[in-house]
Amino acid sequence: MKHHKPVSPASLVTGLAAAAVVGMLAAGCGGGSQPKDVVLVTHDSFAVSKDVKQAFEKDTGLQLRILQGGDANETLNKALLTAGDPQGDVIFGIDDSILSRALDGDLLDEYRSPELSALEPDFSSPDSHVTPIDHGEVCLNVDRGWFASHDVPPPTSLADLALDRYRNLLVVENPATSSPGLAFVLATIATFGDRWETYWRGLRANGVMVVDGWEEAYTQQFSGAAGSPGKRPIVVSYASSPAAEVIFASKKPSTAPTAAVEEGCYRQVEYAGILRGAHNVDGARKLIDFMLSERFQADVPGSMFVYPVRSGVPLPEAFVKYAVVPKDPLQLSPQEIDANRDRWVARWTDIVVR
Amino acid sequence: MDRHRRTLSRTATAAVPIAFLALFFAWPLVAILRRSLVVDGRLDVPWGVVTSDLTREVLWFTLWQATVSTALTLAAGLPLAWALSRFRFRGRSVVEAFVLVPFVLPTVVVATAFIALLPDGVERSVWAILLAHVFFNVAVVVRVVGAFWAGLDRRLWDAAATLGASGAQRRLRLTLPLLAPALASAASIVFLFCFTSFGVIVILGGPRYATLETEIYNQAARLFDLRTAAVLGLIQLAAVAATVLVSGRLERRLGGARRGGQEAPRPAGRERIVVGAVVLCSVALLALPLLALVVRSLSVGDGYGFDHFTALAHETPALFVAPWHAVLNSLLFATAAAAIALAVGIPAAVAVAGGRRGLDVLLMLPLGASAAMLGFGFLLAFADPPLDLRSSPWIVPLAQSLVALPFVVRALVPALRAVDIRLREAAAVLGATPGQIRREIELPLLARPLAVAGGLAFAVALGEFGATVFVVRADWPTVPVAIFRFLGRPGEDNVGAAMALCVVLMGLVAAVALVSERVLVRGGPR
Repeated sequence: MKHHKPVSPASLVTGLAAAAVVGMLAAGCGGGSQPKDVVLVTHDSFAVSKDVKQAFEKDTGLQLRILQGGDANETLNKALLTAGDPQGDVIFGIDDSILSRALDGDLLDEYRSPELSALEPDFSSPDSHVTPIDHGEVCLNVDRGWFASHDVPPPTSLADLALDRYRNLLVVENPATSSPGLAFVLATIATFGDRWETYWRGLRANGVMVVDGWEEAYTQQFSGAAGSPGKRPIVVSYASSPAAEVIFASKKPSTAPTAAVEEGCYRQVEYAGILRGAHNVDGARKLIDFMLSERFQADVPGSMFVYPVRSGVPLPEAFVKYAVVPKDPLQLSPQEIDANRDRWVARWTDIVVR
Repeated sequence: MDRHRRTLSRTATAAVPIAFLALFFAWPLVAILRRSLVVDGRLDVPWGVVTSDLTREVLWFTLWQATVSTALTLAAGLPLAWALSRFRFRGRSVVEAFVLVPFVLPTVVVATAFIALLPDGVERSVWAILLAHVFFNVAVVVRVVGAFWAGLDRRLWDAAATLGASGAQRRLRLTLPLLAPALASAASIVFLFCFTSFGVIVILGGPRYATLETEIYNQAARLFDLRTAAVLGLIQLAAVAATVLVSGRLERRLGGARRGGQEAPRPAGRERIVVGAVVLCSVALLALPLLALVVRSLSVGDGYGFDHFTALAHETPALFVAPWHAVLNSLLFATAAAAIALAVGIPAAVAVAGGRRGLDVLLMLPLGASAAMLGFGFLLAFADPPLDLRSSPWIVPLAQSLVALPFVVRALVPALRAVDIRLREAAAVLGATPGQIRREIELPLLARPLAVAGGLAFAVALGEFGATVFVVRADWPTVPVAIFRFLGRPGEDNVGAAMALCVVLMGLVAAVALVSERVLVRGGPR
């Protein structure tokens, strides 16, 4: 073995400290007069195809950088924490149930994209601070194989879940910690009105399982997801989840192993907005316009398993075949949600978890 | 030696870790506390939180689950530490490497394996939490206690036996007191890990169980109630500081031990059976959940194959790069993090061993700070030039090294304290310069603890998730972050990719541990 002069800890530290300082300075000096990139702050579920991202970068000459920061709620909270001195230029992933918090927090600059006129009528006139990008429906999903082999008909409505034959079969997400979990509770409130608490007492008596997040509910407790060790055949997920089971299956099955229950689905719309204090406002506008373009909108189902808001955008084949687009999804107004959300979640926690 | 110079150099060694902690720990923490608790320029603490029922319940559960988990982990880890450190046998280094694997696996992954393995009634209960904590932390006991145990002079036991001490007497009156510093060290690390446990509680406990750490996260990141989170965060920090103080005092009272340089013997006679049984049982229990993961990574449709592994080469919508990039990123970040942790940790350990005890407490504090609070603090503190680190890749190894630092120090301090001062003095009398003493005497004696420290730091950085996910950029994912993103998507291919990456991570960790064991220890300076 060769004998090198041993490096003393002190000189190692000095070297590293110097390297760190250089790195920081280099990072700090990046902000020249003409920004070369645009930064999108978003949640962990955001995805975009490589060629679509490259198309944006080629068209605008801007590099698209993506910062992901937890689920939609956490991403919004981080943005609120740094409001006015934001981490990026555009935030994407604010859904209806948290929209009012973003608007009240003085977080966003106004922007009305010229592309808004091309959207479906349901979406074309939002608050001037936000732009709708996609919508997804939270629905019950069932494991078709389980119900076939147990000779039990799958549930067709929310009310069915309280029936004895569905005892210990349902897993839901905690509305305090999960966006689909909250959407599902909102669906039950929209359906049962004042009787929603009674309904949940019934579900608790019928053995509903509560977990913190969608990942755990769907990939670990739901028996219908591929490779899942789960034992429960009913889960709260999305209308598009059955299509995902087909698209991501290693051997494409002829029928989807799971199905969404069309009744009792709740619509979530996801919005984007320009962060107040953004370094690159012009790039931010270009990015929002691009997110409404035909190219990005057509990519949305395959990448994020949600539906486009632009009219006339074709859906991938698997979506047409296996996913349902619920006809009249449930929805509550952002104002109503905002006024009651905390109280509802606290009541729900008392009834179902405590 | 000039006393003045010595004092000066000792102050200098302590200055490095203190500056590091001040910049990357204290400053962000102060930033978030100020934002949470200072209203209109005045400190305004919601004291009601301290005495609320919620806090009492959460604190009680946090304490007792951490205490029980620590006791169980010590009980489970000590036999293996004994077998691995006191005997030489074929495959020992493989077993040592393997033990480290559970420790660095992301909690999401291990929890998945546990759910698959545990029977229905147990899978979401306190038992599942305790079991998972033992599974994760056995490595700490084996490594920290084992590294120390291996250096104890065997002749003491031979002498005690000659003098007529029975096996039980030797264990109780010789082994236990001698091991005490390392035991206190390991126990305090395990306790802190269980005390601040997050993923295990959330996934295996479900919404019914809350520790301080999960409640802080809940209040800060989800409910955005920063004031409540800040108070809970301070309670947690105080508890952690108290733990470290107590364990430090224990360690000192119990004192260090003389080192012997003998090679471990092969087990003989009845020992063979006991050592064999201990090693086989421990490995089997640790391997079970890991095997479940391997099986899931290989199951494709109704059969088996390597499809999920070959798929790692292709880009998917779940990541913004091909998954194998994550492996490169992880290696890169972990190397940088281990280098930083060693660079800061070596002077820190020297200072702590030389009597700077306050520093020891300080170094452990990052383990006790809530990742969510610290993450929020980073966002506030490093927002503007010249320290605009929020979107710089540098922030990842820095955050990881903060987590790895206590391991480096903990692995080094007992060994540093145990270097016989008379050896140094004798060398000095014989005319050796301080540099020569360091090189020719201390370094060879410390080679094994240094290798252990470096390997641990690297492995901890490889598996680090809580802090990394808070600061990492989407196009620079590490393996645990990539696993997390894949698990967040429906469909077999995504789950399969997550499981395949878990297996890759397991392999990486085992390889690193093997290499640090073989190259650094066996082939090191004689």
